[in-house]
Amino acid sequence: MTATRAEVCVTACADAWRGDGEVLAAAMGVCSVLGARLARLTFEPDLLTTDGGPLLSREALPWGAEAGPGGVEGWLPFRDHLWLVLHGRRHVMMGASQLDRHGRSNISAVGDREQPRSQLLGVRGAPGNTLCNPTSYWIPKHSRRVFVEEVDMVSGVGAEDAYDLRRVVTDLAVLDLGGPDRTVRLLSVHPGVAEEEVHERTGFDLAVPEGGVGVTREPSAEELRVLREVLDPDGVREKEVPA
Amino acid sequence: MNKLMTPDEIAGSLSDGMTVGIGGWGSRRKPMALVRAVCRSPVRDLTVVSYGGPDVGLLCALGKVRRVVAPFVTLDTVPLEPAFRAARQNGEIAFTEYDEGMFLFGLLAAAHRLPFLPTPVGRGSDVLRVNPELRTVRSPYPSPGGEPEDLVAVPALHLDAALVHVNRADRRGNGQYLGPDPYMDDLFAKAAERTYLSCERLVDAFDGPPQSLLINRATVSGVAETPGGAHFTSCEPDGPRDEAFQRRYAEAVRDPQLWEGFRARFVDVDEPAYQREVTR
Repeated sequence: MTATRAEVCVTACADAWRGDGEVLAAAMGVCSVLGARLARLTFEPDLLTTDGGPLLSREALPWGAEAGPGGVEGWLPFRDHLWLVLHGRRHVMMGASQLDRHGRSNISAVGDREQPRSQLLGVRGAPGNTLCNPTSYWIPKHSRRVFVEEVDMVSGVGAEDAYDLRRVVTDLAVLDLGGPDRTVRLLSVHPGVAEEEVHERTGFDLAVPEGGVGVTREPSAEELRVLREVLDPDGVREKEVPA
Repeated sequence: MNKLMTPDEIAGSLSDGMTVGIGGWGSRRKPMALVRAVCRSPVRDLTVVSYGGPDVGLLCALGKVRRVVAPFVTLDTVPLEPAFRAARQNGEIAFTEYDEGMFLFGLLAAAHRLPFLPTPVGRGSDVLRVNPELRTVRSPYPSPGGEPEDLVAVPALHLDAALVHVNRADRRGNGQYLGPDPYMDDLFAKAAERTYLSCERLVDAFDGPPQSLLINRATVSGVAETPGGAHFTSCEPDGPRDEAFQRRYAEAVRDPQLWEGFRARFVDVDEPAYQREVTR
């Protein structure tokens, strides 16, 4: 079975939670949510995952499914979710409108503070997430608009201040904060992606590992089966990352 | 005891320059009937404190807002709230922007009559840069590392008034939620000098578990029965978000011509007329 790019992204996201044990896998974005649930259904069975709302589901749910009768193992309304952020048993994978060399992210606004050129969401939970929890990022479209020299507003804190910035998964590559002075480093390119394309679509110089840039692993046959038959039979992932 | 009021009476009790908290979260269980009444009233220069959704957007679109205090403003399925966005990009409103957990601590502090609550959150982020009034405090106790820690002192979010929508309420001002999340609605009520409830249905007595009785009457000044009063935001289990209408709102906000018609039909009308129009 040949995996699509979206499927490679899902397992690359899933790998972010590898080894985390009994923590909440908080995810935003299709491939990220599917990755958390796939990790739970395969190599990281102790993860806690949600229904996309305040319910902790007894089993990892298919995309869009409800927990249903007997399918709920816990309740995590927003107030308790925010408790959990400070408590720490949570690994979050967030999105970012901008991400810079130091791993600082912006989801707040672009441009002048008093009159932004583009008002985005606001900082949301990014300052707390990054300061208190292991944090990864899922960027569905790797571009110079996202990967900028310096973010306009630091929503998620950089690697120097963060609890633990783990990895950045994009539609092209997997990156981490292992570059000089904890800067963004290109770990692997997805199958079929040229290393040069990642550099071209990044607005700053990417560090690379001493041993060279790898190729992101392909999903296993079992992972593909779970993803295609159980978690996302409608192929929502392919809309987020078109082939 | 009878605290029944109309949405217009509630809006009429607010005055210019007040700090008004609004319950719900994003585009979920927002007291939209009360917000619409505020939009029709002459009140202005409000400071709006909210986990923001179309409540913030609509008030911005009608020129009611001087400052927004929020961690975000979003319509959930439409990520960026277009009216808030336009007001910010036109430089019309100020924005006090806190992390979601900092904002919760601000409400908790006000609810408990504390001047502030400490949190590590904010350090390393631009929340401290864009809110230069925020202060830090040195913990009097050593941290696990041994050294006392500097913490951000989140100031209490005192509210002159709070607006909250619940599934059921009684005439005394007790409020019950039946959905999956109480959001921070009880904290808004406790943080406010006066709280006004709207409800899907007024009842004489409550069914359901006691822990669903979220708001108690000692914190409530007025109650309005507003069936569909959270529209177009979600109000489970009474109703889901009206996604089609939300899209229509978002489109209207982005287009001055569409906006005139939208406003005439859905904003400058009383609540019964609004409810008739949206079901037509």
